[in-house]
Amino acid sequence: MTQSVSLLGATTSARDSTRSSARTSAPPTTDQPKMRAEALKAYFGATEVLKGVTLPVASHTVTAIIGPSGCGKSTFIRCLNRMHEVVAGARVAGKVLLDHQDIYAPDVDPVRVRRRVGMVFQKPNPFPTMTIRENVLSGLVLNGLRPKDPGELVERALRQVALWDEVKDVLNRSGTSLSGGQQQRLCIARSLALEPEVLLMDEPCSALDPIATARVEELIHELRERYTIVIVTHNMQQAARVADFTAFFYLGELVEHDRTDVIFTRPSEKKTEDYITGRFG
Amino acid sequence: MALLGAEVNVGDLVFRGFAALFAVSIVLVLGAMALQMWVAARPSIAHSGWHFVVGRDWDPVRDSFGALPFIYGTVVSSLLALTIAVPISLGVAVFLTEVAPPWLRSPVSFLVELLAAVPSVIYGLWGIFALAPFLRNHLEPLLGKTLGFLPLFQGPHQGFGMLAGGIILAIMITPTISSVSREVLRAVPDNLREGALALGATRWEALRHAILPYARSGIVGAIILGLGRALGETMAITMVIGNRADISASLFAPGYTMASVIANEFTEATGDIYLGALAEIGLLLFAVTLLLNVIARLLVWQVARAPEGARG
Amino acid sequence: MTERHWQRKLVDAMVRGLCLVATLAALVPLGLVLYYVTSRGIGGIDRAFFTELPKPVGETGGGMANAFVGTLELVGLACLFGIPPGVLAGVYLAEFGERRFAKLVRFSADVMSGVPSITIGIFVYTLIVLRTKSFSAYAGGVALAVLMLPTVTRTTEELLRLVPESLREAALGLGVPKWRATLSVVLRTAAPGIATGIMLAIARVAGETAPLLFTAFNNAFWPTGLGQPTASLPVQIYTYAVSPYDDWHQKAWAAALLLVGMVLILNVSARLLVRPRVRSR
Repeated sequence: MTQSVSLLGATTSARDSTRSSARTSAPPTTDQPKMRAEALKAYFGATEVLKGVTLPVASHTVTAIIGPSGCGKSTFIRCLNRMHEVVAGARVAGKVLLDHQDIYAPDVDPVRVRRRVGMVFQKPNPFPTMTIRENVLSGLVLNGLRPKDPGELVERALRQVALWDEVKDVLNRSGTSLSGGQQQRLCIARSLALEPEVLLMDEPCSALDPIATARVEELIHELRERYTIVIVTHNMQQAARVADFTAFFYLGELVEHDRTDVIFTRPSEKKTEDYITGRFG
Repeated sequence: MALLGAEVNVGDLVFRGFAALFAVSIVLVLGAMALQMWVAARPSIAHSGWHFVVGRDWDPVRDSFGALPFIYGTVVSSLLALTIAVPISLGVAVFLTEVAPPWLRSPVSFLVELLAAVPSVIYGLWGIFALAPFLRNHLEPLLGKTLGFLPLFQGPHQGFGMLAGGIILAIMITPTISSVSREVLRAVPDNLREGALALGATRWEALRHAILPYARSGIVGAIILGLGRALGETMAITMVIGNRADISASLFAPGYTMASVIANEFTEATGDIYLGALAEIGLLLFAVTLLLNVIARLLVWQVARAPEGARG
Repeated sequence: MTERHWQRKLVDAMVRGLCLVATLAALVPLGLVLYYVTSRGIGGIDRAFFTELPKPVGETGGGMANAFVGTLELVGLACLFGIPPGVLAGVYLAEFGERRFAKLVRFSADVMSGVPSITIGIFVYTLIVLRTKSFSAYAGGVALAVLMLPTVTRTTEELLRLVPESLREAALGLGVPKWRATLSVVLRTAAPGIATGIMLAIARVAGETAPLLFTAFNNAFWPTGLGQPTASLPVQIYTYAVSPYDDWHQKAWAAALLLVGMVLILNVSARLLVRPRVRSR
């Protein structure tokens, strides 16, 4: 009940108001969602960790998912590219639409979903047996695709994540020889090389120092031009800095979803207010 | 790119099926082994019945097969091996987990592993030309002089015999017992060890009162695994035990083991019953070692599976 | 009080001393065997040893060239028959294993590694030699492969379990099918460790005699085909060692030196191979 009310609120308020933020030219709306979760439930064995979440993700926007640990926010984005079911005993019910097509429909190959909806994980995880170059190309090579101009592709992907200047002379070094922040940007480049339409980021900065975090945030900002991004974060300031929309999850339910400035200045739910003012979690 | 496609990736399905096939094959091979041996042994089981395990006469020419001397030889040589190997192996395991300085542990355990890497036939060769003469000329006379009042140490000094077999087996099962015991001791939670030491116990007291009681069943498992190895060991013991189908109280006297008689006679065995008799010995060995292994694994798993706070 | 204290210290020191003595006692035979094999075998290693066939009974001279080649042949066949199934079974246990079935397989492998090698000889004899009516290199290779199988399986499984889950997720998140992720990322990451385990398994079967006695048998001549009885170093050492001729004893020691050398090299290099892998972690 709560969620449908707040969802309605989110759509109307997004449509009505013009954004005060200077960083966007046009106000983002969720009218034409790139993705949309409908009554999404997720289970680990018999435990229900997502209790029917409905949430639209607008095209070319950044949506932040916040909430205390254990609220199901990581599970939620793992459901958006069918990574949740990889764990033994994990199960999903409900729908997730990608361009109006349900990715949980019986004839959908999860492998293809993941090529269109990329993912960046909490801890940087470059492939240790591959060089920096090979890591960038790994998504294509492992899928049996041969890029026409691999050199150009590597440079473009690494430039997108602002890593090119730092690594252009050491492309044949192991991916694990980089610093944590560089590794995470390498992992983002690895996902971008596949040219996904949506990029999911599961607390991408939680293992990084403040300087590296700032770089990744800057990067998210730039990537919004070309990709639709959903980012999970436990850091509310980060959500406020990078996201157009913010969704607050609590105990497996979506409590509130609205424009970020609305969520952080005048949330309509008491729970949201308690959380962002630090009264719990 | 369209999303459509089979719900389950075809490549994944094929790969998984392929891997599962080979996993099944391990179970099947083990089953086939039991079945084949049983089929091969059947003529002998029908022919000899219980006489096979209680009879002392092994005379292929007259189709009389009593395997008791081999069973006796196998059991006695293995028990002798355990008597020698268990204290030494436990000493090694304790040395490597509790006593030795950390920098020494890895090279010493590597050397102990090498002991297991030396092929059986090499131990046999060494046994023939170095160990047996040493026993005949030095150790057996000494034992005869000091402990000769025991029937175990009476009789002529021949070198080749039960004693040589037991010693060779002991050398070969020491790495098994010590490495499994070491695993078990490492699996003992550190807080037990540290708790005892913090109470002012010496290393030995911590070992005796805190660590060994916890690890006991695992160590018994390690010993049983060693016993299994000893029972089935073939080449080295065949080369030094003397290969005579007698039952003698003296450790100096030659004996014969189940594995040895198979090694020596299998290619020459003619006729279903003779071959079946050898296969029946093999079947007995297989069944006993299988049983020992099952017991031992269960005992070791019991300790080593509780990883809470265990050493990495 | 202090007297009792001293007593306890004394007991502790004695136990430590006994452990040291036990360790030395365990290692004395290793030293003796290596000393004997080297000092007695070195004189027999010459050109003829590697190039000539054994001479008939009573004649001196000749070599063990056929046994050396035969051992390589048998070990090669064992690798062919034993490694791919072992690795795949290990992959199954680590990556797909359902609880009960995997447990059964694991248990069978553990139990199988304790089955006496001579009984594996009988098994392969009834399975292959009786049917083909001939001792053969094939039969010998199969017997050695059966010996290798459990070791290779369990080593593969254990090393795959050490590969961090995050790498599997990274690959799957890039839209790579599971089979490809397993082969190109997970197995490749664990490859050095698995190679080590396989080298140790090879070292073990290279010295096995008992399972060859009635499978590959022996042969005084060059191997003419894989369907023929085939000589091997361990069987030849055994035959010569229990013979009454001094010249043959000498040859047995020389072959023993060669065999121990091979086994030691495999063991030491396996150990060196593990080092860089551990360091990179």
